[in-house]
Amino acid sequence: MCTDCGCSIRGKEDKHHHDHEHHHDHHHNSHEHQKAHSHIHNNPHLNDPKTITVIQKILDKNDHEAMHNRSHLDNHGVLGINLMSSPGSGKTTLLEHLKDVCEFNYGVIEGDLETNRDAERLKAKNIPAMQIQTGSACHLDAFMVHKGLHDLPLDDIDVCFVENVGNLVCPASYDVGTHLNVVLVSIPEGEDKIAKYPVMFRKADLIIFTKVDLLPYFDYDIEKEKAVARSLKPNVDILELSIQDKDSLRQFAQWIEFKRKMRG
Amino acid sequence: MHEYSIVQALLTQCEDIAAKNDANAVNSIEIKIGVMSGVESHLLKTAFDTFKEGTVCGRSQLIIHEQPLKILCNECGFESEVPVYKCSKCESLNVKVVDGEDMYLMRLEME
Repeated sequence: MCTDCGCSIRGKEDKHHHDHEHHHDHHHNSHEHQKAHSHIHNNPHLNDPKTITVIQKILDKNDHEAMHNRSHLDNHGVLGINLMSSPGSGKTTLLEHLKDVCEFNYGVIEGDLETNRDAERLKAKNIPAMQIQTGSACHLDAFMVHKGLHDLPLDDIDVCFVENVGNLVCPASYDVGTHLNVVLVSIPEGEDKIAKYPVMFRKADLIIFTKVDLLPYFDYDIEKEKAVARSLKPNVDILELSIQDKDSLRQFAQWIEFKRKMRG
Repeated sequence: MHEYSIVQALLTQCEDIAAKNDANAVNSIEIKIGVMSGVESHLLKTAFDTFKEGTVCGRSQLIIHEQPLKILCNECGFESEVPVYKCSKCESLNVKVVDGEDMYLMRLEME
């Protein structure tokens, strides 16, 4: 067996007795071996069906790009947070109001099918924001986020939010290269969202119940929902938030501060 | 409906492997789809049959192995295939996921 490249071509090494003389004619230099190699490796077409076992993640290109994004963020000392939820559960509103209570600077990569409205809303509050229009794509992937990262002033910010496309299904399958996943679920969406979309909530490092000021008007058992979340992911962090309640916003800011410190 | 994007990633992967192996065509593709990967197998199949046209996988058969959620209990050590993240023996939630959350390309037959 050819020990250098792992192929099974046998050549001169058969005659190669280990007599420890100094003309160790390593078989890889042997002409015959090279010839055999080029015959097999450059065969222009496979003549017979060949089955190969691969075992590769289908999204490995995306995962590789995601790792690249993460190290890009790391190099700038920026914490990346992927914000996911259904449409209308309050992602952009949360990002608009977080600025009033937090001490760190943040920028946002916005993902929407159409319009720049979310980015405009954030820019109006002096938050650096970059809009990605996905067209018909229902999620952001690591390649789209990579482009977005180059348009954000990473040296001026401490935290980079990726506001994913509003959708509880597709974004869950894609690592976009952030450090943490935060998933929002709002009271008016009704109960059972967590049980119905387990793949998404399983990915969450933090689940935020939003619009909790509306709890008196809905038949919504928030403790039961929390129990469902913890049965999917026992170590998930959970916060209750209302834009009217500045303390709840501060709690979110503190959670982020804590995670920032943990990344040194 | 992100199955389209998944299929594009899969087709690119198969084209790369076929090119590396000097193959003219891919006859069959075997993939493993975890039930908790967030992808629907039948949608994936429809997307594959639509988008394989004109690629090296144009005549490929897509064989999907659905992988149930497989967990290893950190408390009692029991390994089981389950619908939820809970040990089927001791009901502990302290479990490690062994399989069922990812999508893998497993095997290709080419010629």
